[in-house]
Amino acid sequence: MELYARGQQLLRDQPGLVVVAVAAMLLVGDLFGKLLGGGLTAARFGGFVWDGLVIGLLIGLAGIGLSLTYSILGFANFAHGDYISWGAFSGWAVAYLLAGIDRYAAGGLLLIGAGDGPAPGDVGVSITNTPGSILAGLVVAVGFTIGVSLLVDRLVYRPIREADGITLLIASIGVAFVLRYLIVFFFYSGRQGVTDISRVPSYDIGGVVINAHELTIVAIALALMVGVHLLLQRSKLGKAMRAMADNRDLAQVTGIPVEGVIRTTWILGGGLAGAAGYLVVLTQGTIAYDLGWLLLLLIFAAVIMGGIGSVYGAIVGGLVIGLASRLSLIWLTGDLSSFAEPVAFGLMIFVLLFRPEGIFGGVSTA
Amino acid sequence: MSSDQFQTGRLTQFRELLERSDAALVLTAMAAFYLLFLGVGAILNYDVAGLISILGQVTFFTAVYALIVLALNLHWGYAGLFNIGIAGFMAVGVYTMAMLTAPPTGSPPGLGLPIAVGIVGGMLAAALVGLVTALPALRLRADYLAIVTVAISEIIRLTYNSPAFSTFTLPGGIALGTGGASGIGNFPSNPVRAIYYVDPSSAASGTTPIGAAVFGFFEAVFGVVRSAVIVDLTYGLVLAVVVFLVYTLLARVGNSPFGRVLKAIREDEVVAKSLGKDTNRFKIKTFMLGCALMGLAGVLWQGFGTGAVYPQAFRPELTFYIFIAVIIGGAGSNTGSVLGGAVFANLLFLLPQYLPTMIEQTFSIQANPNNFIAAVGPIAAGEIAPLLGYILNQRLPALRFVFVGVLLVYLMQNRPEGLLGHRTETAAAVDLSEGHTPGGQTGTDLTAPDEGGVDNE
Repeated sequence: MELYARGQQLLRDQPGLVVVAVAAMLLVGDLFGKLLGGGLTAARFGGFVWDGLVIGLLIGLAGIGLSLTYSILGFANFAHGDYISWGAFSGWAVAYLLAGIDRYAAGGLLLIGAGDGPAPGDVGVSITNTPGSILAGLVVAVGFTIGVSLLVDRLVYRPIREADGITLLIASIGVAFVLRYLIVFFFYSGRQGVTDISRVPSYDIGGVVINAHELTIVAIALALMVGVHLLLQRSKLGKAMRAMADNRDLAQVTGIPVEGVIRTTWILGGGLAGAAGYLVVLTQGTIAYDLGWLLLLLIFAAVIMGGIGSVYGAIVGGLVIGLASRLSLIWLTGDLSSFAEPVAFGLMIFVLLFRPEGIFGGVSTA
Repeated sequence: MSSDQFQTGRLTQFRELLERSDAALVLTAMAAFYLLFLGVGAILNYDVAGLISILGQVTFFTAVYALIVLALNLHWGYAGLFNIGIAGFMAVGVYTMAMLTAPPTGSPPGLGLPIAVGIVGGMLAAALVGLVTALPALRLRADYLAIVTVAISEIIRLTYNSPAFSTFTLPGGIALGTGGASGIGNFPSNPVRAIYYVDPSSAASGTTPIGAAVFGFFEAVFGVVRSAVIVDLTYGLVLAVVVFLVYTLLARVGNSPFGRVLKAIREDEVVAKSLGKDTNRFKIKTFMLGCALMGLAGVLWQGFGTGAVYPQAFRPELTFYIFIAVIIGGAGSNTGSVLGGAVFANLLFLLPQYLPTMIEQTFSIQANPNNFIAAVGPIAAGEIAPLLGYILNQRLPALRFVFVGVLLVYLMQNRPEGLLGHRTETAAAVDLSEGHTPGGQTGTDLTAPDEGGVDNE
């Protein structure tokens, strides 16, 4: 009786939530039906899950920075996607240079094959073939993106630190334009192959094909996430960030070096965004000036789902979004497969409508 | 001496006229843009037909930008709704129009309805999608609304882009289609062509009596034989009339009790609420009206203006162009919107398309390196031409975006109220402030409670 009354109450208060929950249960039921009935092989299902995990980890990695700047500086940074793109281009320029400098002119390599530069198959960049250049590229991607985000903060956001969220948001759209089209200016506007896919070994684990680049991504992403976790737990930084997200003035009078914490936030967020962009190219095999922008909405979805300001929320949100966009392909077959991305956007809209504080109930863990 | 004084006197008078009269301001700005582009045409040695063509383009882009900026200003400037899904609502308008009017036998098939039905249908569909967006989304904070609207606009674009709906069959057995990634190109051509040609879809079909008279006039007086430029210019002028009508509509809405409530919501929603206004209903109505106008702008611009509609035309960049135009003009003012649209369309959109040819013609730059290193390498040897050639021939569109971004940041840092200054329109129908000076800022006018005798809620 008690349960019935509570159910009635829930139906009255949040009809949307009930509809979503029922739909989710139906989908899960159908999924089991498909798996048991043989409509979907375990290997295929495993492949979707693995793909979802890889892209989800990258979305989560990029989302950490977006989530932190959103809560501490109080605005949705629409330029975050273009930090990701710059991470990809700066890192791969160096990875290309190191991998091919013994055979090709430096210019074409630095521009990642722009104009008449060397083709990806000839340079032969892959984790097994040129591991050193891949790791060096990652370091450069992180460093360069940190530089970009600090420079942008100094030039654009710092003079209008006290402005409202919408003003900062619009300024960030301007930054996004500048960063994105500077890539086109220096590099190119099309999509171009980068890694040498033919030389990437892949392993068959119970029918699920996993290649070495995906393993690299998972290893690096997990390492970076653990690093962030330790940094926030072992230092006072996490506490200072939470205090600032709560009330910046109060944090300042308590003696927290506000500008210093903001700088650290950009270093953390920018560096992770750069790493994510660099790694996205490793899984896609191609690079494009708008690759970060195309990911940005998914990252927003992850950040909002996990609760703005929460590092762990962003990671979990990223995994949920990544898995949802790939698992939706179980139902969206054939021509409908183009709706994988809209499904993720739709999920985000649902979260915003029914649980705007995020699925973890707005617990800010920084 | 006296003639000098006379001239200064005239200048002052003129400036006062501009400050007092919005119409004079808009007309002066347009005259300046026409002159500028006539100059561009002269530098490029265009013949009369070329000059008419360039004037037609100026008119067209000014009008469509003014139209869409007016619609956005209703959302953002009046009701404070931060909608960055404009491209999606435009897409709904133009796609609905195209699907309603395309011939049933074509590819993709349409319903073959008259153009008027298509235009109204497009506006209604955009308004309906606006309602679906607004009902839940308006409860959200401004930045969440922004993210939701941009996500919805991407969902709309990806849906039109999807091969799944390239052609589909309605329950009644009627075939319909979005054309997938290749879009729809077989909807009826621009209705303005019907004035001049017997068969609007073909210029070779012969001219109507009006067409014969107008084309004959231009041929006799200016020696213009390309009739297409005259058709385009006519369409531009028709759009200018549409802009005027929409402006009048919005001015009336803004001055009505409904508009006063909107301005009150923009300034302080809590105050409006505590005065007993159901602010959500006001916002939803405004959102729908603005979306309908965005649908109309989509039809007139991407539909009849372009002649074919593709999903790629509705990328979020389009939305941000329009936002920049609103910000240039200063949100909250209809005249500012028209001016902002005109400034963006002419100086930031159209002019950069002519710049490379003009500069090359003047300085004769032949170099055309296809990558950045080849462009900067020769600088060491004192050669700057390759870099200029690279910038002009290869990367000018990209640099235009960079410039737009810098401008946006500059505006946010220095003039968040807009390039043309703060132009807060009085909330009351008549100016209530003491000692009102032309163009001066009026202070205590926004909610004007003593004026609100006849509200419609």
